Amino acid sequence: MKPLIRSKAFQKTYSKIENITRATCEVRADNVGIEELCYVHGRPAQVVKINGNKITLQVFQGTDGLSTESEIIFTGKPPFLTVGEELKGRYLDAYGHPIDGGPEIDGEEVEIGGPSLNPVRRSQPSEVIYTGLPGIDLNNTIVTGQKIPFFADPDQPYNMIMAQVALEAKSDIIILGGIGLSNDDYLYFKNLFDNSGSQERIISFINTTEDPPVERLLIPDMCLTAAEHFAVKQNAKVLVLLSDMTLYADALSIVSNRMDQIPSKDSMPGSLYSDLARIYEKAVQLPDGGSITLIAVTTLSGGDITHAIPDNTGYITEGQLFLKRDTEVSKIIVDPFRSLSRLRQLVISKKTRADHSQVMNACIRLYADAAYAHTKKENGFDLTQYDTRCLNFAADYSREILAVDISSDMNQILDTAWKLLAKYYSREETAIKKEFVDKYWP
Amino acid sequence: MKTTGKITGIVSNLVTISVSGPVIQNEICYILYNGLRILSEVIRIDNERVYAQVFESTRGIQTGTEVEFTGKMLEVQLGPGMLAKVYDGLQSDLYAMESLFITRGMSSPALDYTKKWKFKPLCKVGDEVSAGEWLGEVQENWISHKIMVPFRFKEKLIIKSIVNEGSYNLEDIIAVVKNNEGQEFPLTMVFSWPVKRPVRVHKEKIRPFKILETGVRVIDIFNPMMEGGTGFIPGPFGCGKTVLQHTISKHADADLIIVVACGERANEVVELFTEFPNLDDPRTGRKMMERTIIICNTSNMPVAAREASVYTGMTIAEYYRAMGLKVLILADSTSRWAQALREMSNRMEELPGPDAYPMDLSAIVANFYARAGFTWLKNNKSGSVTFIGTVSPAGGNFKEPVTEATRKVARAFYALSQSRADSKRYPAIDPIESYSKYLEYDEVKQELNTIFDIQWTTKVSRLMNILIRGKDIKDQIGILGDDGVPVDYHEVFWKSEVIDFVLLQQDSFDKVDASTPLIRQKYMVDLLLSVCEKNYDFDHFEKVSEFFKKIINTLKQLNYSVYQEKDFISHEANLNLLISERTKNS
Ligand SMILES: Nc1ncnc2c1ncn2[C@@H]1O[C@H](COP(=O)(O)OP(=O)(O)O)[C@@H](O)[C@H]1O
Ligand SMILES: [Mg+2]
Repeated sequence: MKPLIRSKAFQKTYSKIENITRATCEVRADNVGIEELCYVHGRPAQVVKINGNKITLQVFQGTDGLSTESEIIFTGKPPFLTVGEELKGRYLDAYGHPIDGGPEIDGEEVEIGGPSLNPVRRSQPSEVIYTGLPGIDLNNTIVTGQKIPFFADPDQPYNMIMAQVALEAKSDIIILGGIGLSNDDYLYFKNLFDNSGSQERIISFINTTEDPPVERLLIPDMCLTAAEHFAVKQNAKVLVLLSDMTLYADALSIVSNRMDQIPSKDSMPGSLYSDLARIYEKAVQLPDGGSITLIAVTTLSGGDITHAIPDNTGYITEGQLFLKRDTEVSKIIVDPFRSLSRLRQLVISKKTRADHSQVMNACIRLYADAAYAHTKKENGFDLTQYDTRCLNFAADYSREILAVDISSDMNQILDTAWKLLAKYYSREETAIKKEFVDKYWP
Repeated sequence: MKTTGKITGIVSNLVTISVSGPVIQNEICYILYNGLRILSEVIRIDNERVYAQVFESTRGIQTGTEVEFTGKMLEVQLGPGMLAKVYDGLQSDLYAMESLFITRGMSSPALDYTKKWKFKPLCKVGDEVSAGEWLGEVQENWISHKIMVPFRFKEKLIIKSIVNEGSYNLEDIIAVVKNNEGQEFPLTMVFSWPVKRPVRVHKEKIRPFKILETGVRVIDIFNPMMEGGTGFIPGPFGCGKTVLQHTISKHADADLIIVVACGERANEVVELFTEFPNLDDPRTGRKMMERTIIICNTSNMPVAAREASVYTGMTIAEYYRAMGLKVLILADSTSRWAQALREMSNRMEELPGPDAYPMDLSAIVANFYARAGFTWLKNNKSGSVTFIGTVSPAGGNFKEPVTEATRKVARAFYALSQSRADSKRYPAIDPIESYSKYLEYDEVKQELNTIFDIQWTTKVSRLMNILIRGKDIKDQIGILGDDGVPVDYHEVFWKSEVIDFVLLQQDSFDKVDASTPLIRQKYMVDLLLSVCEKNYDFDHFEKVSEFFKKIINTLKQLNYSVYQEKDFISHEANLNLLISERTKNS
């Protein structure tokens, strides 16, 4: 057993459990506060419902093997994270305790899930985060303080892409929240981080598929509590990675079902929107330069984005990044049609090269023409010469710009785009403003 | 003596309370926790057991925690000084809260009680007045803000005294009135009103008949909104609901705009209050912010206050309407408010309706929309509240309770289409799916034919016919191939594309194109009819697209140019050249 109970101030002990479900148990107790942290036979739990002196506890590790005679200790305070410099470079569990064999963190105890920021104290995000992936930087430019998920099928290499993006992006601190991460992916992250030369700026909170699912509910709050600490106190640029938020939502539904709440769409709790928003809205650009940027993964089932989890996520986040397999070139690409970064217009051609916006739009328009030509081809209609050029352009564009296996800086990406445009089209066909054509046409 | 109570149960933001005395439905109470006063509202009474929703986090609250009842419902403070404010859902002034985080129990006064206002009386001793009538006025930014008889008075009153013109604080007594029993009431420049109760101080409410110019062509031309009307914008995420509302808030021809950010992204509100203070308002020559009030309950702020936020906005709108102003209120998104109701209803274990929303959702939505309207005031001046809400249907499917409940009551429907958004045809309003029921009103038809021209409604339906035919032909081409349909089908299709690209699509981010005044819209309708009702006689379909692509390109340039100035005129000339060359050849 890990040394979970460190606080000396714990007070009340009880030992008569009346009811046990898979994720919750009930006990009679007085002077207990809602959301209070407690321990049931050493297992961390939280008060989720109070009815008179009947207290419902959500036991994060599950109730497997719990006896009705188990000792329950109430701590008199909500779950917290110990924050401080020592967090840097560490791997922790869902409760903020080290899993890397190192010493416990020493620092300040901060309640998780704290108050929300006054919206008028926010600044408008305006700084580009370059990810090195042309499919993101050109078409879906990400900005500090933004929150954006990858919508990916479970078989796509989203964790690898996210890790690559994280190491490329210029941030002061990276916080990884592993929510039901497969052990293999955890080891992948760990190996990559430990050999990146950046380990001193990385903090990881890890729950793997081997850990209890309800524990996952704590991971995003732990990550964001740490992120807020560094962004507010040290004006740090923090990048938070959460993978996989679909498993977070699944954990929510487990608990709400145990509490007999009426499920709404797709067996998700009616509060799913608020529950997810509470997490994602922690992304922020602060006036003093600190920021929290949140890149998440939401895995889809069968590509269905109307399912309650991606649907609610899409309503909350500032766009989404779709991964897709382009069978023409046999590569995973960032889908330029369904992906969207809502904050990109704050920086495109303002913080990036002036031709960025025009080049981006021209390429996407021509790529759409290619998609149309592709349908024509599939339906057996004749292709015009223009259609053929579009199809060839699209293949090159996929391979050299959209594919996730390339890395390039912004100006290089723009130059590549110009090269492709010139290879297949006339100046007029691109409909790009004359001043840019004159300057950049190869 | 005030009623008090003790907490008996807590789940999330719902508490049950056992009480010592009488309680009113929707009464406000405070939970006394750790020296804080945590605001809550009674939402159900079940014998001794009172259910209240808590407007803030309940963390740490225990059984036995004391509760104090106020005898009042949730109210807003009404008086001069609300313009340009950014409020939370409960009317706390967010700028007045200085800390980075909004911690529990924190609130701030809605109005500035130290500021002096130049009051000018509008009536005299002995005058008979009633609720909502104007006692005097002060200048608030560019609005002549009327100081009114508080809305709570049901009876006729006589003015016993009224102060002379001069500078006064909000709480200085500016008049004393008495009722016919001789009871006297001192009045100040501020009073309160419960947000969930509609304000009814007008003489009558009539059918909307005047167009409310939004500057968005696809709305004004095809499905116009009326002053005092109601509309809704449903659409999946990313289809442009928020951008459309922001565009309307900048350009609509209203005296006052109230923007309610209801459970959506904080960064979108940041955009408003970063931009608006610097944006010129051509109507007033002042900054955009000066005619705007923002009510902000972003998605991470307490859920219960989300429901309050739309009511707070509406009550403030009704207050300004009673001054004879043209008020436009925009709420993004009303679905979040419905979801807040759902969360509470589920926690109270009420019998759920469709998709677990409360059974009375339709009635709640209907009552709310009914508060908009065009009114004649007691002094025969007019005032209006126009309401446009967005709806965020789950999975983008319009067959869901909130969209359906709203469809029953809102008179104008602006359907955002995923496929238009996917092909970046913004604003993604589908002109064929959408409707404005106001077009069925005779008085509206008359008004449109007067302000545009006598043929207006017919002209618009001629354009609409081309759009509908173009859509059919597109489907046919999809099945039969380019060769499979006659060439003149291609011509009709491309004419519909011209209308789409030039009238329907509008670039919200371009200085000129973002808003089109009615006079220019009339010009464009005539121009497009003249382009689209000509016969061009093509011999091959590839020539059709080639020609119309040029037409579209020229007309888009025209859209980006200042009306009737040099560039505009030269693009117009180019267009005529293109057309005459083409008609000469054929
Ligand atoms: N009128 C428009 N012109 C150009 N782009 C638009 C327009 N409307 C929407 N967009 C694009 O679509 C994105 C999503 O729009 P938004 O209004 O936030 O959608 P919703 O509120 O429906 O989720 C914007 O960030 C912008 O990139
Ligand atoms: Mg929106």
